Amino acid sequence: MTSIPPILELRAIEKRYGRTIALADGSLAVRAGTIHVLLGENGAGKTTLLRVAAGLLAPDSGEVLLDGIPVTWNSGAQAIEAGVGAVQQHSSLVPSMTVAENVALTERRYFRRFSPTAAARRVRVIAEAAGLNVVPDAVVGRLSVAAQQKAEIVKALAHEPRILILDEPTAVLSPADARDLFGWLKTFVSSEQRAVIVITHRIREALEHGDTITVLRTGRTVLSANAGVRTQSEVLDAILGEQPSIGSGGSVKPSPAGTLPAEPCLVIDNVCVADSSGNFRLKNASVSVFPGEIVGVAGVEGAGQHELLRVLAGRLVPTSGDVSFPESVGFVPEDRLRDALIEELSLLENFALRGAGARSGFLSWKSVAQETTAAIKGYAVLGGTEVATVAELSGGNQQRFVLARELGVSPIAVVAENPSRGLDVRAAIAVFDQFRAARAAGAAVVVFSTDIDELLGIADRIFVCHAGQVRAVPRDAVSIGAAMVGL
Amino acid sequence: MIGRSRPLQLLSLTVVVVAALSLVSLTIALAGFDVSTAARAALDGAFGGSFAIFSATLKRTTPLLFLGVAVAVAFRAGVLNIGAEGQFLAGAAAAAAVGLHAPVESAVMMLPLEFAAAATAGMGWAAIAAWLKARFGVTEVVSTLLLNFVAINAVGFLVRGPLQEPTFTYPQTLPLGESARLPLLVDSQRLHWGFVIALLVAIGAWWVFQNTAAGFRARISGISRSAAESAGLIAVGRVQASALLASGAIAGIAGFSEVAGVTYRLYEGLSPGYGYTAIAVALLGRLHPIGIIASAVLFGALGSGADSMQRNAGIPAEFASVLAAVILLGVLALPAAEALLARKFRVARAL
Repeated sequence: MTSIPPILELRAIEKRYGRTIALADGSLAVRAGTIHVLLGENGAGKTTLLRVAAGLLAPDSGEVLLDGIPVTWNSGAQAIEAGVGAVQQHSSLVPSMTVAENVALTERRYFRRFSPTAAARRVRVIAEAAGLNVVPDAVVGRLSVAAQQKAEIVKALAHEPRILILDEPTAVLSPADARDLFGWLKTFVSSEQRAVIVITHRIREALEHGDTITVLRTGRTVLSANAGVRTQSEVLDAILGEQPSIGSGGSVKPSPAGTLPAEPCLVIDNVCVADSSGNFRLKNASVSVFPGEIVGVAGVEGAGQHELLRVLAGRLVPTSGDVSFPESVGFVPEDRLRDALIEELSLLENFALRGAGARSGFLSWKSVAQETTAAIKGYAVLGGTEVATVAELSGGNQQRFVLARELGVSPIAVVAENPSRGLDVRAAIAVFDQFRAARAAGAAVVVFSTDIDELLGIADRIFVCHAGQVRAVPRDAVSIGAAMVGL
Repeated sequence: MIGRSRPLQLLSLTVVVVAALSLVSLTIALAGFDVSTAARAALDGAFGGSFAIFSATLKRTTPLLFLGVAVAVAFRAGVLNIGAEGQFLAGAAAAAAVGLHAPVESAVMMLPLEFAAAATAGMGWAAIAAWLKARFGVTEVVSTLLLNFVAINAVGFLVRGPLQEPTFTYPQTLPLGESARLPLLVDSQRLHWGFVIALLVAIGAWWVFQNTAAGFRARISGISRSAAESAGLIAVGRVQASALLASGAIAGIAGFSEVAGVTYRLYEGLSPGYGYTAIAVALLGRLHPIGIIASAVLFGALGSGADSMQRNAGIPAEFASVLAAVILLGVLALPAAEALLARKFRVARAL
């Protein structure tokens, strides 16, 4: 213990919502000049703790100390004033406005004239200093999830925070972008009295880039240590409390593919996709997926995987080329609350959504209810009855529900885009087990992930997208990494 | 709609109505009128006796109910049909033309013919906007609104030209023959069978939304285009075009009901802005059939109450419009207020 107090300290924070205890005893001590990583399962209380730290949530008991001095914040604005900037897990940007306008929105100078050029210039300066590739004039709603997150970070940086809080910033970033971000965070904390708090689910990332780690489990801080002295399995034990029976860390070896049937299930041949301005997002892509295999797809943001997955799933009609896929392909999109589920509707109605385009005549809600209940049971969707709304479920259970709907009883083909996004270790393992089970049942499975380890753990074959081109690469991290940057 | 329960919705709706009534009472008092006289006259005109109920309030309710449902059908599918007024006039003109000129004698034949012609005409009028959207991407808000003015002038042309009465005295058609008129619902009152048809249409539309695949698709398309397309593989554009056509057809039927049930002829100024009031009716009714029936009756009562207030107590009818406007504004602000309330009482889900 040094005599200098931590730049930010949270002591014995407790927070309840009715009968639900979000935090029982959350503590966190962040020293100046460090990257502090917060780990824990979904529902362990990480986000709640950070919301307290950012002044967005008042704790029921416990103390928040800034430079050793107790503080009470009544709003996020006060915390921002004090130098704490937060990047939320879910976008807080206005979709119809540009990045520059969104950043300008957070300024508290109400009577000054708004100048678009000055706002854009300001964003460009911040983004360049941060090493983040952000276009100030881009409309947020048209940006990819990763680009939106970068804009979100720029927005937080606009207030020149001393302490920057990022809730799962790398969940949607490609490995290269994530490395860049951490590189930048290192420079950020190296100067003056600054610190960074990051939530992540990737243990390797935490140990590699973090200086200190704190692990929360069921609302309590169970581990606080220097990152350097801990191993991945130690941290995993702390996160899970007990070892789950499915082996370690999600890096389960794929089962040998065996002999594949001769007829592929999903085929695209020489497919091109052009955007509205005529630029090719996908060029001459050819991929065949056989029943009983898992094909992994890797690629940096905007490399064409977005389009590739949607063509494979029958969600996007290519500009040219041949496609053939079975009548019903399951699709697990990256942004589940935008593309897969409707938050305010019941699980029942969300279940009926699959295949709604092709159905005719009357709906039998009774039989849909039976299917929904069976799916909820079969995929262990917690907190859900068929009349509950999607909004009532946690992120992990929402994803389970999407899988339940898209895989169904006997899956034929399923395409998944970053399916473990925002999920904790245990939930991610469960998701990938479902894909393995689908493979065992003879389904053709395509999985895109930003996490190469994840792909190596599950895929039988790997395709990499780069600049709109798709090619098969050997199953090792070096080859994949090289192919992703076009080598 | 997260976290909002039905009791809470009803409670807040009551609060809005009570608050609006108090506000308007205050305005009436400030203007120097006696509030209790005004209230008595208005209530008398709207609900005081069978004439007030059947010949005034419910007669006025009928077109608002039809058109409120028409607007709601489109709005629920995510199509902002502002053109119920024009589609209503198209339906009215078609019903009048058929009622006057179809070579049919019996009402059993004539009424269904008028009905079908009106529905087709309303649908056709809406189809122009649907086509403009599909072909050129013209926003339906603009096209349906502008088509209203075209319809108004088209009716003006018809009643001065091809459909004008043979004496060429007034810009109106001849009255419809007995067989082309909707029978009255209550003896010696002006309420006609159109009211029953309107109720059936409201309930039928709700049933379609709840129990058919097409209705479900429309509902989903209205809530989340991205989820509808990606998860449901729904052709949202086509679904919304169909919803607009259905909406137009219902608005057209309203025109038939008005011509064959109330005015018995076509003339300029047939609608005192029913198509616009219907938007308020639909929104106040939360796009739900029961809600729309209730709000259509409310607006019908406001209209007949205002007339009586002016006639019998000398208090300007405009106060009723103020009341309607305040209620509507309150209701439009409700979702935000309810979300605020709900947040206070909500047991948060695990973070």
